[in-house]
Amino acid sequence: MDVRAVIDEVYRTESRRVLATLIRLLGDFDRAEEALHDAFAAAIEQWPRDGVPASPRAWLVSAGRFRAIDALRRRARFDASLAALATALEGQTAAPVEWIGEETLGDDRLRLVFTCCHPALQPDAQVALTLREVCGLTTEEIAHAFLTAPRTVAQRIVRAKAKIRDARIPYQVPDRRELPDRLDAVLRVVYLVFNEGYSASSGASLTRHDLSGEAIRLGRLLLELLPEAEVAGLLALMLLQESRRAARSADGEVVLLTAQNRTLWDRGLIAEGVRLVERALGSGPPGPYAVQAAIAAVHAEAPAADRTDWAQIVGLYDVLLRADASPVVELNRAAAVAMRDGPAAGLALIDSILARGDLHDYQFAHSARADCCRRLGLVDEARAAYTRALELARQEPERRFLQRRLEELASL
Amino acid sequence: MRYLCLIYDEEKKLAAMSKGESDAFMGEYFAFTEDAKKSGHYVGGNALQPVHTATSVRVRGGKVSTTDGPFAETKEQLGGYYLIEAKDLNDALQVAAKIPSAKLGTVEVRPIQEFN
Repeated sequence: MDVRAVIDEVYRTESRRVLATLIRLLGDFDRAEEALHDAFAAAIEQWPRDGVPASPRAWLVSAGRFRAIDALRRRARFDASLAALATALEGQTAAPVEWIGEETLGDDRLRLVFTCCHPALQPDAQVALTLREVCGLTTEEIAHAFLTAPRTVAQRIVRAKAKIRDARIPYQVPDRRELPDRLDAVLRVVYLVFNEGYSASSGASLTRHDLSGEAIRLGRLLLELLPEAEVAGLLALMLLQESRRAARSADGEVVLLTAQNRTLWDRGLIAEGVRLVERALGSGPPGPYAVQAAIAAVHAEAPAADRTDWAQIVGLYDVLLRADASPVVELNRAAAVAMRDGPAAGLALIDSILARGDLHDYQFAHSARADCCRRLGLVDEARAAYTRALELARQEPERRFLQRRLEELASL
Repeated sequence: MRYLCLIYDEEKKLAAMSKGESDAFMGEYFAFTEDAKKSGHYVGGNALQPVHTATSVRVRGGKVSTTDGPFAETKEQLGGYYLIEAKDLNDALQVAAKIPSAKLGTVEVRPIQEFN
């Protein structure tokens, strides 16, 4: 391998870790990014001549830090306050091993994740900043994945960095007392990225698929750095959902879980997901991600749709409602009851949820109602409910699915 | 670093409190101020008179115009502030969350702009 290929490989595997440490050492995102860039520029110049260093990561952190201090000194001619800053930064002369040991390094990456997902930042900005800084995606890639203009994404990132700097959001892992709330925010960002990639089943699906992969990578990183039950739960949930990807659509059409070809499910992902669910459920009261993962695991382990353990699924939804009550969870429970006890029981529950008004404009409440009516032979009511769901549906494959259901009803 | 905690309450809610509730609420404020002084966060703070006492002043083309009322009509009104000294935003947010009005209204936390 020539040196240039080595540098490319080091960039791919190490640049985010080096950045995380440089942000801590230099106390500023932009300064650290510039330092990272300078460090790799120096590597391109020196490694072919002097050879690849024994620890590329340590070399890069050291080179980046040195160049950042040097740059501050040069600019200090125009701004005296930078000289003091350069001296202060230079003062932190810890031995290289100390500031790039494996443990410190893991801490730095966690610091970066928690800072990017700080609740004082706008939710959109949390997602963009995490993908940019932690995952190393370019602004263009993020914009493409979220179907937004690159300029919008760039602005979000610039504003978020300005707020981190100006309002002084600290670069640290929250303490034990704050951790549960703050971890929730991080997991929400990861799951949002995953769903953004997972729910897109047509059109730009190729790049958006990468978002799911990115979210799973983030989940693995988090679990490695912070082995909490809910982190394992979220990773399990993502793996189990991802395992069904190949079966979720056929010829661009949506295939519902019960109708999927189970031989297309990825058994490797399922096995890993199930192991993680067991781990997540084995420690204390289960959190919402662990329970959702457990539900996905019950589906994954059913040899056929009609051999699904619906009683266990309803029971898990009861647990989920206690951990995280919401009308959508209630609706999902009602759909499971419709499978366990029959469509009449499901319909009664769905109607009582709809009567409260919370899910009045929620597509899946109406399609679930339609499904119960169809199974009960209430053709007119089923047609009305599918029509309402169709009015609310935005994604093309879902619209086509609902239209097919309506056509099937017409032929009854 | 210093932060200003701007306290927004619904005056209507406060006015609707019984004497007992209102006294208890004020008691919480006195206790908060004491704690903030003890922890070293407190720099200053004041409660404001109700928004009906507000007057807004603008000077345009050298001409002073004075109008009755606050700068913006909103559901919650600025009712007071604390100026605090905090290590960073997390520290400031933890202090702000203990301001009694955070439970009823909203506390906006703004870093002070330092001019060197």
